[in-house]
Amino acid sequence: MNIKILGPGCANCINLEKAAKQAAAELGIEATFEKVTDYADIVSYNIMSTPGLVVDDRVVLAGRVPTVRQVKELLAPLAG
Amino acid sequence: MTTTTTPDTRPQTIKRWGGLLLAAVIWWALYLLNQPFWDWLVGRVVGLDLTSRLGSGVQFFFLDTVKILLLLAGIIFIVTVLRSFMSVERTRALLGGKREGIGNVLAASLGVVTPFCSCSAVPAFIGFVASGIPLGVTMSFLIASPLVNEVAIALLLGLFGIAPTLMYVSAGLVIAILAGYIIGRLKLERWVEPFVFETKLRGKIINSTAGLTWDDRIQMGIEEVGSILRKIWPYLLVGIGLGAAIHGWAPQDFFARYAGPDNPFAVLIAVLIGIPLYSNAAGILPLIDALYAKGMPMGTLLAFMMATVALSLPEMILLRRVLKPKLIAVFVSVTAIGIIAVGYLFNAIL
Repeated sequence: MNIKILGPGCANCINLEKAAKQAAAELGIEATFEKVTDYADIVSYNIMSTPGLVVDDRVVLAGRVPTVRQVKELLAPLAG
Repeated sequence: MTTTTTPDTRPQTIKRWGGLLLAAVIWWALYLLNQPFWDWLVGRVVGLDLTSRLGSGVQFFFLDTVKILLLLAGIIFIVTVLRSFMSVERTRALLGGKREGIGNVLAASLGVVTPFCSCSAVPAFIGFVASGIPLGVTMSFLIASPLVNEVAIALLLGLFGIAPTLMYVSAGLVIAILAGYIIGRLKLERWVEPFVFETKLRGKIINSTAGLTWDDRIQMGIEEVGSILRKIWPYLLVGIGLGAAIHGWAPQDFFARYAGPDNPFAVLIAVLIGIPLYSNAAGILPLIDALYAKGMPMGTLLAFMMATVALSLPEMILLRRVLKPKLIAVFVSVTAIGIIAVGYLFNAIL
């Protein structure tokens, strides 16, 4: 699984990355993490509120920092 | 959504709304008890004379700190929950295909009600312009969003009442509409960084606040209160401290003499000082409260606050990623001229 964190590097993006890494670890998912910090690249995913979470090139969340539990709920169905 | 009809959600619903009601009652009680409590503690227990400089300064500091914290917590919570029904993505969809003029009016109004953090200013700008929304309409949104903000509304309402609050909101909207319209008419697209127009949007639009439950929205409200208060408390303490010092020590009419209605340059100077200054409404309003009590006119004070919150150096540095310096200069000047005009207008009619 490829997980991208979209955001210019503000506190929210760092929190989202932490939550995503922990969620993946707790679910036992092997994931590669990537950070997308370039504004043009971020917007090309059609989101306008950062941070954004992209799983296998699909945006699953934008504009807020979820809890670990919420990220797990998002990741679990995509892992199979 | 279908899972909410299971029978065991009822206690949860009662808990949620009951909890909110209880919080509201506690809030109201604290708000009512604030003044009598500090009168009693500072006046009776500590034994300071509340009409003396030290006594009134100390009492002002604690009274205002608690009052402002309560107002902020209450209003930020309500605003965040209400705004969770809007999103930048939805705003963009609403603005799509609107002409200039009506588009500017709509963009400025949506700028007030859309949940928006300044760290999203650049992606929002690119997203708007790349999807074909005119530059001027986009600027109306970007000006209104920080200019008319919930922290300022909360504090104006609490410290000065409904009339100055309405004046502030309508002035902010008019400035954002006109400034965006003028930027649109000037046809300054050549001063936008070219990559913005070349950005291709792909995939489905993700609505950042879609599908949230009431519990999510309430949770977001609580978190937002915490994160804003954590961010602004130093500004708040400095602002209230300065306010208390002015309140207790500055001679009556000191500011009125130098920056009062008789000084034709007062508004201009206030705005020029306010532009580079980076603070937020929470730091500025306690100061304004004290200066108003010392005889400075409301128009000058509102102009100072608007210049401080709407225009700041960090925001210009952020916008530099998408706007060329010339366009930033136009944006700052047009907005500043609007704020100055509003300041003089309010001083003249009040």
